[in-house]
Amino acid sequence: MIELKNVSKTFSQANAKTHALKGVSLTIEKGDIYGIIGMSGAGKSTLIRCINMLERPTSGQVLIDGIDVGTLKAKELLKIRRSLAMIFQNFNLLEQRTSLENISFPLELSGVSSKEAKKVSLELLELVGLASKKNAYPSQLSGGQKQRIAIARALATNPKVLLLDEATSALDPKTTENILDLIKDINKNLGITVILITHQMEVVENICNKVAILDDGAIVKRGKKECFKTYFNLKN
Amino acid sequence: MFQDIFQSEKLIEALVIVKTEFPLAIFETLYVTIVSTAFAIIIGLPLGVFLATGDKQGILPLPKGILKGLNTLINLLRSVPFLILMIMVIPITRHIVGTSVGTTASIVPLVIASAPFVARLFESSFREINPDIIEAAQSMGATPLQIIWKVLIPESIPSLISNGTIAITTILGYSAMSGIIGGGGLGKIAINYGYYRYKTLVMIFAVILLVLMVIAFQLLGDYLAKKSDKRFTA
Repeated sequence: MIELKNVSKTFSQANAKTHALKGVSLTIEKGDIYGIIGMSGAGKSTLIRCINMLERPTSGQVLIDGIDVGTLKAKELLKIRRSLAMIFQNFNLLEQRTSLENISFPLELSGVSSKEAKKVSLELLELVGLASKKNAYPSQLSGGQKQRIAIARALATNPKVLLLDEATSALDPKTTENILDLIKDINKNLGITVILITHQMEVVENICNKVAILDDGAIVKRGKKECFKTYFNLKN
Repeated sequence: MFQDIFQSEKLIEALVIVKTEFPLAIFETLYVTIVSTAFAIIIGLPLGVFLATGDKQGILPLPKGILKGLNTLINLLRSVPFLILMIMVIPITRHIVGTSVGTTASIVPLVIASAPFVARLFESSFREINPDIIEAAQSMGATPLQIIWKVLIPESIPSLISNGTIAITTILGYSAMSGIIGGGGLGKIAINYGYYRYKTLVMIFAVILLVLMVIAFQLLGDYLAKKSDKRFTA
């Protein structure tokens, strides 16, 4: 379970202060696909980065299974980060590594032997349906394929949570649907909690069970997706 | 002076010098250039990493004074003309090599002059890396050293090779200047025969060879940089 308690983040530059987050509180249960939706500049990216401390909140707490991650020492924080895998809008694959080497990258970081890393990576390539692309470099893959590799890479260290940072915003509608189906399967079959930020209504409609609307750094509405009937065209 | 250089006896004389002195000179030039470049890279690579990652917001923040000192030292060394630097560092050369004249002795000023240059070139290579990729590695729990070894350096290999090529051709040019302090090689031949003894033809041959060497290094560097880059393999 992940809890955000009154999280605020202020960026101070020379003479201007930007309040990116203003006292955000959220509770994400295990197994949720929690969507945080908002317009550009609402503070979505900052919010998701506060969960794994890529951005440190100015005040407030982030609790992961009861542990206040803001108080962890550097080494413990790195360990926690390995259980919170992040997926990005622009995939952020290593350009000089093959698909297979990209997937084994987080395993190398955590000191897994190269033989074991290769075995796990091949299984993950199979899982995301790209076994034939194991020796391809990112430049040889389409956007959707790159995101599949990024998902496989995220799964390599057996994370408890996936953090999706606008993961489908750079993809066409058809590919978006495929990637969302994959995320749904991962959530269902592997029991991984998913937290995603997006500006695409259809993403929330399609896969989330809970939703929060972020506007100007504050949560204006949150709850089960059913509570948002006036916002979305819910099929069921 | 150009009218009579193609007279046959001058040409024959020049060709004799080419035949007897050039093989050693080519070897000396290559030896000095390659050894100096190797040392310049060994020193310049870590300095380049520190420069690119040492800011407050960087991957490996350094104490502000150290980073500032490093920047100042590099700027100082980069702004002293090589001809003068060569003479200024004679005491250091004597201390390291035991003598301040000769081919091996010329490596010391070459390294001192080119290591800061290499550090700046490599710094720019590292700064080209997409910060999002570094953020991704951080999100996976990579330590600063892992980011340097597994992301920063491997991802900038093509750019490091390109900039390394700029360094080696520049060092080749500098090495020709070291003929002044008794460093061997094609530069010494060009100065000794062309300048002191008015044998223009010998000088021209030496210069042609230097040009060919620069072209060869550049072609090789371009080829390796392109071959190592996986971003454009269609």
